[in-house]
Amino acid sequence: MTNDRARFGPHVGIDLPGARERTSWALNRDLAGVLLAILTVVVIVLVVALLSGTDTGLVGALIKWTPFMARGFLLNVVMSLFAIFFGTIGGIFLGMGQLAPTRWISTPSKVLTQFFRNAPWLVLLFYCIFLLPFQVRIGGETYTIASWLRAAIGFTIPVVANFSEIVRGAMQSIPSGQWEAARSLGYRWRQTVTSVVLPQCIKRMLPPWMNLYAILLMATPLASIVGAEEALTNARTALQAESDSRLLLPLYAYLLSWFFIYCYPIARFSMALERRFAVR
Amino acid sequence: MTNTERNSAFIKLHDVYKSFGNSPVLRGVSMEIAKGEVICIIGPSGSGKSTILRCINALTPIDQGFIQVGDIQVTSKSLDMVALCHKVGMVFQQYNLFPHKTVLQNVSMAPIQVLKQDRTEVLDRARALLSKVKLGHKADAYPGELSGGQQQRVAIARALCMQPEAILFDEVTAALDPEMVGEVLTVIREIAQEGMTCVIVTHEMGFAREAANRMYFTDGGVIVETAPPDSFFANPRDERTRSFLSKVL
Repeated sequence: MTNDRARFGPHVGIDLPGARERTSWALNRDLAGVLLAILTVVVIVLVVALLSGTDTGLVGALIKWTPFMARGFLLNVVMSLFAIFFGTIGGIFLGMGQLAPTRWISTPSKVLTQFFRNAPWLVLLFYCIFLLPFQVRIGGETYTIASWLRAAIGFTIPVVANFSEIVRGAMQSIPSGQWEAARSLGYRWRQTVTSVVLPQCIKRMLPPWMNLYAILLMATPLASIVGAEEALTNARTALQAESDSRLLLPLYAYLLSWFFIYCYPIARFSMALERRFAVR
Repeated sequence: MTNTERNSAFIKLHDVYKSFGNSPVLRGVSMEIAKGEVICIIGPSGSGKSTILRCINALTPIDQGFIQVGDIQVTSKSLDMVALCHKVGMVFQQYNLFPHKTVLQNVSMAPIQVLKQDRTEVLDRARALLSKVKLGHKADAYPGELSGGQQQRVAIARALCMQPEAILFDEVTAALDPEMVGEVLTVIREIAQEGMTCVIVTHEMGFAREAANRMYFTDGGVIVETAPPDSFFANPRDERTRSFLSKVL
C-alpha cells in the first residue's frame, strides 16, 4: 500500500518549504538555457554565412529571401497547429476507446492506434494526398483543397495515433482506487473518465503532448514533397533563383535555425514541466 | 428458504463463491444483516473480508451465489448501479478522494452528477455533513492539503452525501497514523448510533467490541463464526477464532 501512496505523490505531496522557489529557479535556468542555445545557433549561422564567402552578398541574399521563406515557415506553423488541434481531439477519443469496457470499441481503437503509430509519416502523407479529392463541390460551388491542407490532414493521422497512446498511458497511470471510488458513487464508465480520470490526466499528458507537437512541426517540411509551399520549398525556390552554390549551406543552416528557435523552447519547457510533475 | 426470510435481512449474501484466477477467495459465504445493525468483520489478512464488501456493492463480480441489498438483486444481470449506490456507500482504506476537486466538490459531485439532485440542496447537505465530521472549515481545501484522518472523514462525508441506507467501511483506519485513528472511529461511532447500517472490516478490536452489534469472523474464505461481541470475545466457540484472537488481543 505504500506503493499506492507513492503514486499519489504529486497530489498529496506536501509543499516543502522552498519547493516553489526551486521551481521558479529551474524555470529561470531553462529560460537562460534557451536564450543561450538560440544565441549560439545565430552565431553559427552567421559564421557559416561569412565563411562561405568573404563578400557580404551572401548575408544580403539571406536577408533578401527572409520574407519569402518566412511566408513558407508560417505555413509550417499553420499545418502543425491544424494537425495538433484535430489530432488532439481525435487522440482523446481514440485513447479513451482503447480502454473502453466494450471489446467492440477497444479492439478497433487499439488496432488503429498501433497501425498508424507504426507507419512512416511520409507514407501516410502520400496516402492522404492521393486519397483526398483534389476538389470538393459544396452547394454547387467547387472548392480546391490546397495541397497544404491535404498535407495537414495527412499529419493529423499520426498525431491522432500518437496522442491516443499518450492518453491511454495517462489514463492507466491513474490509481485504480480512483476508478473504484467513482464506481462506488454510481458513476458510469464514461462519466468516470470525463469527470474523474481525464481531468487528472491533463498534467501528466502535457509534457509528452508538447513533445509530440515539436516532433510534428519538425516533420512538416515533408509537405514540400507533395507540393505545399512551405519553408523548405521556398528555400529551394530561393536557391534556384539565386543559382549561387555558395548560398547552399548558409541558407539551409539559416532555415534549420528557424526550426530550432521555434522547437527548442517547446522541448525545454516540456522538460521543465516533466521535472515539475515527476513523482517525488 | 422462504421469501419472507430472504426479505427480513437488508443485506443478504447466500453461498457466495469468488476466485481470482486459481485462488479461491470466498468459498461459500452467507450473511444476513438487518437494517440498523452494526457489523464488524474480522479475520486474518487474505481471508476475504474486503472481498465480501466489494461484492456487496458490485465492485467485484461473484462466480456463484446470490447477493441482495434491500430490494436490489446485486447479482442480477440488469443491475442498476445508480440505485445500488444510492443504497450502499463505501469508504476505502486509501480514502480515494478525487485530488483535482475541492473537499466540498468531492462530497457533492456524485449526488449532483449521478443522482441528478438539486445543486443548492446538495451543497447545503454537503456543508452540513462536513461540519458533522468537523471539517466545515476545510470545504475549499484540496484533499492533498489534508491529513490522512481528515481525508478519511471527507470520504465518509462523501459516502453519506449519497444518502445511503448502509455504508461499507473497508479497513478505513489501516492506512492512518495512530493518532488519527481515534477521530475517524469517533465519526463512524456517531453514524452507527444514528441508526445507519454499517458493515465494518477492521483490525481495531477495541472499537469492534464496543461499537458492533454482531461480529463475523472469516478465515480461508468462509465465515467461521458469528456472535454478539460480548460472547464473541469472551468465549469464542471455534478453535480458529480462539487462536486468531489470542494473537491480536
